[in-house]
Amino acid sequence: MSSEKVLIKGNYAIAQAAINAGCQCYFGYPITPQTEIGEYLSAEMPKLGRGYVSAESELAAINMVVGAAATGAKVMTSSSSCAVALMQEALSYACSDEVPVVVVNVMRAGPGLGYVYPAQGDYNQAVYGGGNGDYKIIVLAPATVQECIDYTYKAFYLARKYRNPVILLADGLLGQMMEPACFGENPYPEVDVSSWALTGAKGRDGKAIYSCARDEKAHIQKIHDLFKKFEIITENETSYEEFETEDAEIILTAFGSMTRNIKAAIRVLREKGVKAGGFRPITLSPFPTKRISELAADGKDFVVVEMNMGQMFKDVKYAVEGKSNVSLVNRPCGEWLSVEEIVSSVEKILNKKEGAYASCI
Amino acid sequence: MGLIKVNNSRCKSCYICVNTCPKGLIKKSNKTNRLGDYLVEFDDKNNECVACAMCAKRCPDLAIEVYK
Amino acid sequence: MQAVFSTPKSMKEDFKFTFCPGCDHGIAVRLVAELIDELNLKENTICSTCVGCSVFLYDFLNIDCVEAPHGRACASATGVKRTNPEKFVFTYQGDGDFASIGFAESMHTAIRGENISAICINNTTFGMTGGQLGPTTLMGQVTTTSPFGRNKEYYGYPVKIAEQIALCDGTAFSARVALDTIPHINQAKQALKKAFEVQLKGLGFGFVEILSSCPTNWHMTPEEAHEWVKNSMIPEFPLGTFKDLTEVGVNK
Repeated sequence: MSSEKVLIKGNYAIAQAAINAGCQCYFGYPITPQTEIGEYLSAEMPKLGRGYVSAESELAAINMVVGAAATGAKVMTSSSSCAVALMQEALSYACSDEVPVVVVNVMRAGPGLGYVYPAQGDYNQAVYGGGNGDYKIIVLAPATVQECIDYTYKAFYLARKYRNPVILLADGLLGQMMEPACFGENPYPEVDVSSWALTGAKGRDGKAIYSCARDEKAHIQKIHDLFKKFEIITENETSYEEFETEDAEIILTAFGSMTRNIKAAIRVLREKGVKAGGFRPITLSPFPTKRISELAADGKDFVVVEMNMGQMFKDVKYAVEGKSNVSLVNRPCGEWLSVEEIVSSVEKILNKKEGAYASCI
Repeated sequence: MGLIKVNNSRCKSCYICVNTCPKGLIKKSNKTNRLGDYLVEFDDKNNECVACAMCAKRCPDLAIEVYK
Repeated sequence: MQAVFSTPKSMKEDFKFTFCPGCDHGIAVRLVAELIDELNLKENTICSTCVGCSVFLYDFLNIDCVEAPHGRACASATGVKRTNPEKFVFTYQGDGDFASIGFAESMHTAIRGENISAICINNTTFGMTGGQLGPTTLMGQVTTTSPFGRNKEYYGYPVKIAEQIALCDGTAFSARVALDTIPHINQAKQALKKAFEVQLKGLGFGFVEILSSCPTNWHMTPEEAHEWVKNSMIPEFPLGTFKDLTEVGVNK
């Protein structure tokens, strides 16, 4: 079955990939458009003798995940936008506690209750977080159902390898659509958690996993250590995809499922004689700042295409540091920007040819 | 015959033990802890302590050990 | 001479309680440690700690502990137990943690019948922050945020935690005890033992609410505070066992 191609919905793909990755227990609460993840796992986990908890809230679900992860268990929760907002407190704790938490966010539209159609408005929530204090989360953004599988495997691996929370940032489009995909085998090795996991104080003193600080110096050092760890993560795990950037004069930049549309837009633009290329961060955190900076230094302009009010746009601008022009083509939520809309926006930007230009459709 | 030992580094001078001992064998001492509070001392000249451990059971700071 | 009373083995050797003088928390921690010793649980226990006066529990008990955010100890313990069903899992929380910010988590953990034990220290105030009105503050009681006393117009009524928990189908044991006298301390230990045993027998959620003094925030001497527990708290929060499935077996 592993090498077989199957036609599968994004949410089911994430759920089955979590099982393949060895997820021992799922904790969750329903919310559209990710509910199928919980539904699937409620049927499959008991057959495997694994855990499924129908939590009373997302707040409880994420804290169950943190508690379980503190014992070294492979666990996850999944949710969507306004409910992932409820998890921010625990994610701050989990970063400080250094426990391997996996959270899937299948984004819907915000702010507030918003609506169930897709959006990419949780870039800031995932990358910068809504919890307190200085902390960083690893954020993976899949563009296809195949990548939902691949990055679910990766999320479990990275979380344990670095003892850091990982968010799989998908969106309603990916969660709800069916595509051919192949599960393959989970390609990642097991990570030894025995040095820190809580297992009961057998033959040793009790140990505690906590974020509370009493000693100012030690607290400062701890935060420095956490950021040093993230420097290593940045060095090792920063991941992106480039297409036709070599001779490109203008680079369309998108994340998640919008990547699909910029790929098609690049083809159209090339046919029209525009030297267009594409750049797509796979890890939104760590963000591929260095590579964008290199491309900008070559004089390549950027057009950020995203389904929000310009959340990744500012990170691209930060990476470009004024070395070239950065424009924004966006819509806050709802129907994905079509290839035609992207192409015509890029053409408008090319005709203007001055400074940053934002085009909100 | 019983005996108690008070751990002065744990004692917070709440004096629950002073009020608890049915034979009044625990008293405020002249010695103080690092906060300047008077500690307690066990004073059992007539060997009255029967190691009932009531003082220790009510001590919130586990500062009293009882021997028999 | 032989020691007839000494520090339990599952306490850390160099522990220093961070509780105020005369606070009953220390007695509750000791009872828990004694039971961990007596039931031989030290090597198999994982505790979910809380935020409040007992936030540093992991500095006192020589067992594995995971810190939960304020109110989330029961959720955290659920996660621990569901992935480690063979471990002994308990929470140690205050009334603010268990019955105010975390009441949803606490109730649902009981309703699901999670096989864990939970301890709630009820001292009628938010102690750590300096004695504010909490979920269990008595009617008429003056706190820093009820300077004219608790009334129903502004604050509503105090919660009777042990009775509420007893109503849940998943609860195997629920009791309220106090620490103001030696007999009450002895009863408290027996209740805690039952709350631990129902977990060990797989009967469901074991719960003990412990009425505890807070001399600092009540502005009383320790002995006056114990009198107040007896004269003001116990009449409002009656001691006793509200549910016990030990003999009956697990709820079907």
